[in-house]
Amino acid sequence: MIKARITVTLKNGVLDPQGKAIEHALSGLGFDGVGAVRQGKVFDVELAESDKAKAEADLKAMCDKLLANTVIENYSVTLT
Amino acid sequence: MKSAVVLLPGLNRDRDMIAALTKISGQAPATVWQTDTEIPDVDLITIPGGFSFGDYLRCGAIAARMPVMRAVAEKAAKGVMVIGVCNGFQILVEAGLLPGALMRNSSLKFVCRQVKLQITNANTMFTRRYQPGQIIRSPVAHHDGNYFADADTLARLEGEGQVVFRYAEGTNPNGSINDIAGIVSKQGNVLGLMPHPENLIEAAHGGNDGRALFEGALGIAA
Repeated sequence: MIKARITVTLKNGVLDPQGKAIEHALSGLGFDGVGAVRQGKVFDVELAESDKAKAEADLKAMCDKLLANTVIENYSVTLT
Repeated sequence: MKSAVVLLPGLNRDRDMIAALTKISGQAPATVWQTDTEIPDVDLITIPGGFSFGDYLRCGAIAARMPVMRAVAEKAAKGVMVIGVCNGFQILVEAGLLPGALMRNSSLKFVCRQVKLQITNANTMFTRRYQPGQIIRSPVAHHDGNYFADADTLARLEGEGQVVFRYAEGTNPNGSINDIAGIVSKQGNVLGLMPHPENLIEAAHGGNDGRALFEGALGIAA
């Protein structure tokens, strides 16, 4: 079995109002010097697959087809 | 003219859409379930608002991958009219039938109010019963209506007249880029909009500003 972690983040230039709200909340808690905060998503996926290359290709296809909206989001796949 | 309404778990404006289509066209629309792979022979398919699949992952993301949406795409490719309202709009962009994306409202708040819409292109099947530049009223109720598209896509949409509804008179409720409230596909037969015209079609609603949209699409005399 292969385990993987997929990270989905907003592309540069795409406004992230949730990240902005978190950024303000952190400042409000007294954390000075917090720069931009961007919110993203993490998916931990288990695959019944032993071929790492095949797993990676499948995971990328999953991102393109469902897990990320590539109009606004980037993704990265890491086998763990 | 016959119509159909797509049903998905978590939608909650389906009954409003069915009622509006029944009142305006004089016949009840066909209903198609998420797992249906065929849509009856109709002139107009509507995808109502709500929170399909609990808005999990992204609004409309799961719904857009259900079998019924492949059938909707096939019909759209053949020129059948499609209207997606609110969650229906989100589903259409997630399905790739319309460009861009709908993001969290810039206020981060759910908005439920009336807005003003300007008809920025009255030369579509959906807006032909309105005057160019006309301002109409419409309710909105959404958390993720902040339309976004990259600069190239936006320039194309604006240049080709694909932006058909724009929030007017400072009523943009969600931070949508260029005040975009509704767009049509390049071929012009697929419309997505965040506002709810089906909720303003008769006096009991407080007005009928939304009625002409369905009358235009269904070719019904006003």
